Amino acid sequence: MKQLLANPVLVKEIKLRFRSLKSFTGILFYLIAMCIFVFGFIMLTTSFTGTGYFRPEESFFMFAMLTYIQLGLILFITPGLTAGAISSEREKQTLNILLTTAQTSFQIIFGKLTSSIAFLLLLVVAGLPIYSLVFLFGGVSPGQLGIIFLFFFLTMLAIGGIGIMYSTIIRKTIVAMIATYGTMIFFTAVTGFIYLVITGMNSMAAGTLASSPIAHFFASINPVVLMLTLISPGSDSFITESTKVDIPIWIGYAIFYICITILSIIIAVKKLRVNMKRTR
Amino acid sequence: MIEIKGLTKKYGSFYALNDLNLTLEEGTVFGFVGANGAGKSTTFSILATLLQPTSGDAFVNGKSVKTDAHEVRKQIGYMPDFFGVYDQLKANEYLDFYGASYGISEKEREVLIPQLLELVNLSHKRYDYVDLLSRGMKQRLCLARSLIHDPKVLILDEPASGLDPRARVEMRDILRQLKGMGKTILISSHILPELAEMCDEIGVIDGGRLIAHGSVADIQAQLAGEKQITVRLKGLLENAVNFFEEDPFVSKVEIAAEKNAITFAYRGTEEDQIDLLRKALDQSLKIISFSETETDLEDVFMEITKGVK
Ligand SMILES: Nc1ncnc2c1ncn2[C@@H]1O[C@H](COP(=O)(O)OP(=O)(O)OP(=O)(O)O)[C@@H](O)[C@H]1O
Ligand SMILES: [Mg+2]
Repeated sequence: MKQLLANPVLVKEIKLRFRSLKSFTGILFYLIAMCIFVFGFIMLTTSFTGTGYFRPEESFFMFAMLTYIQLGLILFITPGLTAGAISSEREKQTLNILLTTAQTSFQIIFGKLTSSIAFLLLLVVAGLPIYSLVFLFGGVSPGQLGIIFLFFFLTMLAIGGIGIMYSTIIRKTIVAMIATYGTMIFFTAVTGFIYLVITGMNSMAAGTLASSPIAHFFASINPVVLMLTLISPGSDSFITESTKVDIPIWIGYAIFYICITILSIIIAVKKLRVNMKRTR
Repeated sequence: MIEIKGLTKKYGSFYALNDLNLTLEEGTVFGFVGANGAGKSTTFSILATLLQPTSGDAFVNGKSVKTDAHEVRKQIGYMPDFFGVYDQLKANEYLDFYGASYGISEKEREVLIPQLLELVNLSHKRYDYVDLLSRGMKQRLCLARSLIHDPKVLILDEPASGLDPRARVEMRDILRQLKGMGKTILISSHILPELAEMCDEIGVIDGGRLIAHGSVADIQAQLAGEKQITVRLKGLLENAVNFFEEDPFVSKVEIAAEKNAITFAYRGTEEDQIDLLRKALDQSLKIISFSETETDLEDVFMEITKGVK
């Protein structure tokens, strides 16, 4: 473990990231936005009820909103952080030197991925104190939050892995960035749409609902659906009903994204040095 | 130390390198000359394990760049022709990062980095951001970087390009020091005289083929027997031209009218040359001076690469 974390690329990237003012202002603005949202929400609800009393259901709603804000943050920032990891070094002409050092391809890819994940974790953890307000008002258990954070982490890893993979196999950062965002949007929006289309056709075609594992699969790999089932357990009953597959969403999600992460990293490591032609 | 065997690199149907063979002993300073696009950088990239050859193989200290790339990387220090630096990193941190990349411990790095900066005369820039250094300073820093793991072999692709004359001399001094440490050094350049001063061996590459290889003297000897002679005259140059052109050892007679002189290439022996001058005087040509010009290496280079396509 210590060996892994003594990764030169990781150390350097973290040093550079925290040296730039951008990172700090980024975190700052994110936290300010979160605070405005939370306090605004509390003020609004308390003044509406006029009692000055904040009820658990409202606290729960705030929890759900916060979770989706964090999810959105992860989905949108991870591609930006990772899609340039290798290709920007290629563009800055620092990659060739890096590749002639004694570091293995895995070390380089691992260092790039973990440095991005570390920054994302910091962002998410910085939001924790705001979450604690939710606990103060009740309605949510810390264990639930733990599980949600675990899945945040998996989502970061998977999208980060995809970003680094594109960054390795695609020459230009811009193109890699577009590909990563495209893939992310496919997972969060298109999968949901496909699920709706398949179940919709099924229910129209026959009065009796046939079981549809494909529709269930597409619902399972959708982060928005997953978060819904994690925020309020039992809410996935509509998916079980419409697809007639009774496997919890999170299982499919975990398996799928762990595979994606591993696959992306393997491809990135294999392609890092093969692709070395000089840019013209 | 370096062994290149039948190295070929094709881009489509274009041969960037065509069956290149080269063997260098340990401690040799090898100068690689060639025109633009001759294949110097391609050769060096393959040696630096950045490019896969289409066929053939190269060995550094017995390790193949194809099958043993990781071992090769530990043995070589590579300086590319074009390279970038990370912004927001200071000179000492820059070296520190690459030191760590070679698995050098932090303690050793702390000792090593000031020494390297001293070697390339950048001690005063130790805490400056690398992207703000001048081009020549970056180049020197990159050289220091390529030395950080004490490699046996240095592969320097045009290390002197973009350096001012003073920095060139300094670079040459540094390389001399490194040669003194017993390192095998490969340097590429377009400029033969510059290499000749510090290299033991010279290779000339053209169109992806090694067309000449040997000591500096050898290369010059390839043109031996042919001297450049300049004759300054008073009066009619045409008569003189006619006279010299008749001589069997003379070729390429040219008039340099503005200097009142003619130049030609001469292949005869010294005896023949004495004869030629006597005859010329007998012809009552009004000769002011008759002199050999040193064939400079530039001409050697032009001569060797000429007509090879
Ligand atoms: N990726 C590539 N695709 C196609 N052709 C290439 C590629 N890289 C290099 N070449 C060609 O290979 C040939 C050799 O290039 P190389 O860079 O080795 O020349 P060089 O001797 O270093 O020239 P210079 O003195 O200009 O640096 C050139 O004709 C170049 O156009
Ligand atoms: Mg070149």
